[in-house]
Amino acid sequence: MKQLLTYEWILSTRFMREGIMQTLLIISGVALGVSVIVFISALISGLQTNLFRRTLDYQAQIVIRPPREVARSLRKSDVGLQATLVQPRAQRLRSVDQWQTVSRMLEKMPEVEVVAPVVAGAGFVIRGDANKAVNLTGMEPQSYLRLIALEKQLIAGTARVGPADILIGNELGHDLGVGVGDKLILQTASKASVTLTICGIFDFGNKGINERSVYVALRTAQSLLNLPGGVTTVEVNVEKPFDAELVAQVISAQTGLDVESWIVLNAQFFSALQAQSMSNFIIRFFVGLTAALGIASVLVVSVVQKSREIGILRATGATRNQILRVFLLQGAVMGLLGSLIGSFAGWLFLIAWRGIAINADGTPLFVIEFDPMLFVWAAVGATLVGTLAAVFPARTAAKLDPAVAIRG
Amino acid sequence: MAETQTLRLQGVRKAYGVGTVAEMEVLHGIDLTIQKGEFTALIGPSGSGKSTLLNLIGLLDHPTAGQLFLTGVEATGLDDADLTRLRATAIGFVFQSHNLLPAFTAEENVMLPLLAARGRPDKDMQKRAEGLIEAVGLTPWSSHLTNELSGGQQQRVAIARALIMQPALVLADEPTGNLDTQTADSVFDLLRKINLESRTSFLIVTHDKRLAQRCDRIIELVDGRIASDKVNAVINPE
Repeated sequence: MKQLLTYEWILSTRFMREGIMQTLLIISGVALGVSVIVFISALISGLQTNLFRRTLDYQAQIVIRPPREVARSLRKSDVGLQATLVQPRAQRLRSVDQWQTVSRMLEKMPEVEVVAPVVAGAGFVIRGDANKAVNLTGMEPQSYLRLIALEKQLIAGTARVGPADILIGNELGHDLGVGVGDKLILQTASKASVTLTICGIFDFGNKGINERSVYVALRTAQSLLNLPGGVTTVEVNVEKPFDAELVAQVISAQTGLDVESWIVLNAQFFSALQAQSMSNFIIRFFVGLTAALGIASVLVVSVVQKSREIGILRATGATRNQILRVFLLQGAVMGLLGSLIGSFAGWLFLIAWRGIAINADGTPLFVIEFDPMLFVWAAVGATLVGTLAAVFPARTAAKLDPAVAIRG
Repeated sequence: MAETQTLRLQGVRKAYGVGTVAEMEVLHGIDLTIQKGEFTALIGPSGSGKSTLLNLIGLLDHPTAGQLFLTGVEATGLDDADLTRLRATAIGFVFQSHNLLPAFTAEENVMLPLLAARGRPDKDMQKRAEGLIEAVGLTPWSSHLTNELSGGQQQRVAIARALIMQPALVLADEPTGNLDTQTADSVFDLLRKINLESRTSFLIVTHDKRLAQRCDRIIELVDGRIASDKVNAVINPE
């Protein structure tokens, strides 16, 4: 502590205390700016995490399908007629070729977190007179539940589907008037049908999904959709979701299969995320600039007010660099104090916001995350901005001609 | 030889606005030597170049021509950092008024030059400042902010500050200019007492003929030239 008590430190703190009103005003200005940055950043990153989670909760980051079947016209020959109209082929339900090999290869990739084989197709659920069209997904719980946060969305029962179990959404359950333990008939277009017991009910917060999606065991789906031993997609989650497109391209190049990442499948959502990040950056930039201009203007005025004192200090042995540091320090201290107070205020705003922005059921509208690093960066950034803002006034002070300054 | 010479000026000239139409030479070749322990008055009408000469001697300004030696060290040609160091160790300043930093107490003002040189406060620094505050008779006011002190008291603080680096030469620019006669006398007496006790040289710019007559030597500057330089016959009747 005593090491910190230098000539420059003593002078700069005294100068700031001398102009306490100016100092307090500018520190409040910086604090307000930092609190806005902290609040907006936490809000936006909370919002993003939230949207991100909602998007990736019910879809895999990378989906691998068999290549599309295409009808090609005959190679052009010198003789004979050539078809000018080629009708596109209807895509039938097919298995990913050699999916076990592909899965094993994917599991060895360091970027990959989890690989899940999936059989998906269309079907009907029937109960008494009522029947509903559904998207049927067959999966292996041990891998699929790590891919999609199905368990988290369960409102009743268990997600561990056995061969004679089915998992349905709350809307579908409501439409059919069924609950956990009740039985349903699941039928497909090939007339295959099976009676299943409802083992769990989920709520993804999305009506379409809650109405249409049902989950069964992989083998059950295979037999219903007439794909014994086959899977329609292999789905993958990677360690870093934002690298998904890169990994997807690598997989596509290695397997020749049709590979799509969530980034491509949700292009609009992804560009919305980027627009948010951009606006966050712009807000930070202008708030930082405003704070810097505020600090600089206060110090410029202070240098003019104190020019005679600076002259006297120079006459009594202060070097140019000492004077320079006295004013740089003031900028740094104002930036740091402002950011500490601002971080605290921003944190209070966030707590207040969390109390206001709640759903009807009392759960928070957004999960706002307190990232302690945000506070550290705010402090480091504001100190740096304060120091930079002080460069011009400090240089002016250091360059003052003592003879002129003393004469006044 | 060099040890007894506090200050030597050889052909020092100072012009302002060099190279422009408004070029004006204020000092036209000053030769001057001040010996250790001399108590000298510098008098002259307004505009005669007294303040300019004082700024040159105090290394606050650069001469256009000529050489300047302080305690035997040639100051011409030194860079700003070396000049600051030489100024800090060889010269003490007492200005006319508004000499002190209002954000600091009397004792802290006295300590500032030593603090600038050493970088951090220490016990010895405080002891020396206390001693000087006592020497100028301000011990009861040592922890007062300087704007709580009277004009005479402020000048005493300035004198104490000028002495803390134990300089060879104290430059005083009208140190009693803003004081009433009685206070001016007591401040002047203090300067004289310090001069006699510590053998520090003093160069005092003053308008006050009465005070000038109490110095060892009187230099009169007229139109940028030394018009007269004589040993004061009143004090040294030899």
